[in-house]
Amino acid sequence: MAIKILRNFFKRIFTGIFVHKKHVKLGFYGPPNAGKTSLANRICKDFTGEEMGSVSKVPHETRSVQFKERVEIEYKGKKMTFKMIDTPGIATKIDYEDFLKYKIKKKEAKKRAKEATQGVVESIKWLDDMNIVVIVLDATENPYNQVNITIIGNLVARKIPVLIVANKIDLAKADIKRIESAFPEYDVVGLSAKYGKNLEEFYESVFRLSKKIK
Amino acid sequence: MVKKNRKNLGNLKGFTIQFLSYSEIRKLDSDERIRKILNIVLGNNIIILQGKLTPNEEVRLIGDTMAMIGHIKNFKGIELAVISENGDRGIFGKMRKGLANALTRGDLGAVTVIGPATIVKEIKRNPKKIELMLNQ
Repeated sequence: MAIKILRNFFKRIFTGIFVHKKHVKLGFYGPPNAGKTSLANRICKDFTGEEMGSVSKVPHETRSVQFKERVEIEYKGKKMTFKMIDTPGIATKIDYEDFLKYKIKKKEAKKRAKEATQGVVESIKWLDDMNIVVIVLDATENPYNQVNITIIGNLVARKIPVLIVANKIDLAKADIKRIESAFPEYDVVGLSAKYGKNLEEFYESVFRLSKKIK
Repeated sequence: MVKKNRKNLGNLKGFTIQFLSYSEIRKLDSDERIRKILNIVLGNNIIILQGKLTPNEEVRLIGDTMAMIGHIKNFKGIELAVISENGDRGIFGKMRKGLANALTRGDLGAVTVIGPATIVKEIKRNPKKIELMLNQ
């Protein structure tokens, strides 16, 4: 009887660890055009050979949540399998006229705006399901954007570990220090998803954060 | 220069600024708070709210705003900014603030600005100030 209890106890613990580590849901959140899909693509391409979604200079290119199951990331001899979740950019306003500047026809722009609003709602719904969230910010933009603060506030309230990525460090206007001073309580990793620059630090931070998953 | 500024100011018509005391929303549940705020914003008003919403209410406000775009004529969303004191207070400072917030059931040291995107072009903010850029 005692052996059976002991066996069940260890089985529960080890199964828990195994499942826990095997299904780490890694979400990519942030404002539109910060490079969430570029980063997700870079990781997927490096470890699976396939990309996750299309990227564009036009904001709200990703308008529905996209997944990539079982992405095994190997870093310094350690391996972890992630379910990667790339989400549409969160915004407080969407105006179809903004898309017309990119030579998109009015009808298409209206469709894009409608899909983008639905995408934001979908992103918000997914917040609860994440194990780790990477907030991708454009390092050339002002980080004191309420959307960034709201998303991070929600993740903290849900006790979900957060990593902040300052993307586009290849650009001259990029300013990581401004992001670090805006979010002093969080790890900030500067990288360029486009050129694959400084991804090692990113993987190290993700592996470190995975230990904080509740 | 002054003349030019006055001329520009004259172009800004059709909106009001409403100051909302936290006591106006204190007893409301989250649904009622968001409905109240969106009703005011839809009436072409900029709200300056004493205190702030909870993080969950903030995302729900964004979600509800998105759900309204395309269903309400000329509504393109909102601009939102919160300024609150979150400097280094030390452990006792944080406890004091937490106690004060618990007693008042809200962070009264914060200010929330919410406006319709048709009127408020952008809210530029840094840790010390909020600048409202209006559409002309």
